Amino acid sequence: MSQNEGMFGVHGTGDTSGFGGLVRTGVSTGSSERPYGSYFDDVADDLERAYPDFNDAIEAVVVQNGELTLHVKREKLEEVARILRDNSNLQFEMCLGVSGVHYPEQSGRELHAVYPLLSISRNRRIRLEVSVPDSDPHIPTLVEVWAGNNWHERETFDMFGIIFDGHAGLTRILMPDDWAGHPQRKDYPLGGIPVEFHGATIPAPSERRSYR
Amino acid sequence: MTFDPYASSRETTEGRVYSVTGGDWDELSTEIGATKEERVVVNMGPQHPSTHGVLRLILELEGETVTEARCGIGYLHTGIEKNTEYRTWTQGVTYVTRMDYLAPIFNETAYCMSVEKLLGITEQIPERAQVIRVMMMELNRISSHMVCFGTGGLELGALTPIFFAFRDRETVLDIFEEVSGLRMNMAYIRPGGVAQDVPADAVSRIREACRDMRKSFKDNETLLVGNSIWMKRTKDVGYLDLAGCMTLGVTGPILRAAGMPWDLRKSQPYSGYENYNFDVITTDTSDAYGRFLVRLGELEQSLRIIEQCCDFLDKLNGAPVMVADKKIAWPAQLSVSADGMGNSLSHIREIMGESMEALIHHFKIVTEGFRVPAGQAYAAVESPRGETGVHTVSDGGTRPYRVHFREPSFNNLQSTAAMCEGGMIADVISAVASIDPVMGGVDR
Repeated sequence: MSQNEGMFGVHGTGDTSGFGGLVRTGVSTGSSERPYGSYFDDVADDLERAYPDFNDAIEAVVVQNGELTLHVKREKLEEVARILRDNSNLQFEMCLGVSGVHYPEQSGRELHAVYPLLSISRNRRIRLEVSVPDSDPHIPTLVEVWAGNNWHERETFDMFGIIFDGHAGLTRILMPDDWAGHPQRKDYPLGGIPVEFHGATIPAPSERRSYR
Repeated sequence: MTFDPYASSRETTEGRVYSVTGGDWDELSTEIGATKEERVVVNMGPQHPSTHGVLRLILELEGETVTEARCGIGYLHTGIEKNTEYRTWTQGVTYVTRMDYLAPIFNETAYCMSVEKLLGITEQIPERAQVIRVMMMELNRISSHMVCFGTGGLELGALTPIFFAFRDRETVLDIFEEVSGLRMNMAYIRPGGVAQDVPADAVSRIREACRDMRKSFKDNETLLVGNSIWMKRTKDVGYLDLAGCMTLGVTGPILRAAGMPWDLRKSQPYSGYENYNFDVITTDTSDAYGRFLVRLGELEQSLRIIEQCCDFLDKLNGAPVMVADKKIAWPAQLSVSADGMGNSLSHIREIMGESMEALIHHFKIVTEGFRVPAGQAYAAVESPRGETGVHTVSDGGTRPYRVHFREPSFNNLQSTAAMCEGGMIADVISAVASIDPVMGGVDR
C-alpha cells in the first residue's frame, strides 16, 4: 500500500491553500475474502475446477465496486485466458481490450495490464490484471485467443512500453513511428514537446507549474 | 528513362517498386506494361473525402480486387486520456466529451458512471437526472446515426440523404442547445447527476420534435430502403459474421446486424433503461445493408424512449438533478442564457454577498474538487457504435490516476481487413462507411 502526499507542490507554512495536507492512499492489492457475492463465486469455482494450476496462477482475487478482478501471473495468462474463453461454464467470448496502468511506486510490479472480459452467453463481466516489473516489461500476447486485442495491445505498447511477446506486428499505433518515449507513463510529462518560437523555448506545461 | 518527380521507381528486395504521387503517369504506364506482375499498393487517405475523416487505408490491389487492407490511424491523437490525469474528476467530463465528437453524451455518461462507481453513489443518482441522461443519450443516438446515413451516402455518391439527415440532426442539436447551451461537447452530464435541469418549456418542444422527426425519418427510409442502387452498393458488402464479430470484439449495430440481439440497454441496464419499453433491432445479413437497416430501426426505438422520458419528466417535475451529497455535488447553480451556459445570477449573489461559508465551499469544490476512494472501476454504455467502456483508476486523490476509454470505433475499425479483403476496391468505401468510425474516438 502506497501513500501520496500534497498537491501542486505547496508545503509547510507557506501553504495557505491546504493542498499540501492532502494524503492519498494507494490501491490495495490484497485478496478479498469469500464469499465474493453475485456470480463471482461461481466464476472462481468453475475456473478452479477447470484449471488445476489455479492456486499457482492466480495471485489474488479482488472484489471491489461490484467487480471481480483476477490477478494472473504473466506466465499463465494465455492458459487462463483460453480456459475462460472455451470452458462451457465460463464462456467469456469477448475481450474488450487492454488498459495499461503505470504505478511507479509499486517496485517490481510497476506496469499493469488490465483486460475487461465479457460473456455474452452468460451476461457476465470479469477483469484480468497482470503486473510486470518496469525492467522486464514482457507480457504474452492474447491476440491468438481474442483477435480483437491486436490494436489494443499495440496501443498499450505505444503508451506504456509493455512488450506483448508473440504479437505479430507490435508497432506504435497512435503516436508517430519515430516517437521517443511512452506518453501515458507517469514519468512522462504532459505536453513534453518543447515548442520553439523565434529561438525561445516554451517548457512543457508540467514544468511551468508543479502538478505534484 | 528520365527522372519523373511524380512517378519514380526503385529496386527493392521484392522487385522493382514504382511510386506514383500524381501528375503525368504516361511514362509509368508504359514501363509497368512491360512487367508481368501487377500488384499495386494504393495509399488512400488520410486526406480523402471517402475515408470518413482522417483515416488512412493502405490497400494492396490486384486489378480492382483488394488483396490486403490495412488501416493507419493516429492522425487525430490529442492525448485526452493523459490530460484528464492533470485535472479534477469533474473537469474530466470536458475532456472526454471531445473523444467521439458525434456521441459526446455517451462519453460523458460512461465516464460519470465509472466515477460514480468508484464513489459508491450509483444508487444515489436522482431519478430525474437518470431520465435526463437517458433522454439526452437517445437524442444523441439519433443525431449520430444521422451523420452515418448522411456521410455514408455521400461516400457512396448519394447526395440526397445528407440533406434529409442533417435537417433532422439540426432538430436534435437545437434541443441540445436549449437544454445545455451547447450543440456539441456539452459537458452536460456530471459526476453525481447533470449540470442543470431542463428548461421548463423544453419538454413540450421535445415532444413536438419527436412528432416531426417520426414523419421526416420517412424521407430517408423511402429513399433508401429497397433502392436498387443503394442495395447494389451495400448488399453482401463488408460481410462479417457472428464468429468474426465475437473474436474481434465488435459490438453495436455491426454485431446486431449479424443476428445477435446484444444491447447493453437491455442486457445490462444502466441509468434506469429497465423502465422503458423498446425493442432491440437485429438483422441476420451481416452486411453493410443490414447495418443500415439496424440503424434505421433504432431511430424509431430512440423516439419511443424519448417520448417515455418526456412522460417521466412531467411526473418528476421539480425533483433534484444532482446527488444530495454536498461534498460531491457541483456547488454552482447554472443557467442557460443568450451566450451559453454559465453561473446563475442568484448563486453569484449568494456566494458573493450573503454567505461566506458558501463561498469557501464553492471555492474548495471548484478548485480542489472532491476526493474519490482508491480503486478501479469499469462502466459501459451502449453508444451508437457499440460498447463505450471506461476504465478509471483512482489513487484516492482529487484527480483521476488513469482514465482509459474502450472506444467502439477504435475496436471496430480493426474489422476493416476482414470485411474488405477479397472484395472490390469500391466496396471498401461501403464497408468502412458501415463501420461508422469516428476518428476522434479512434485516436483520442
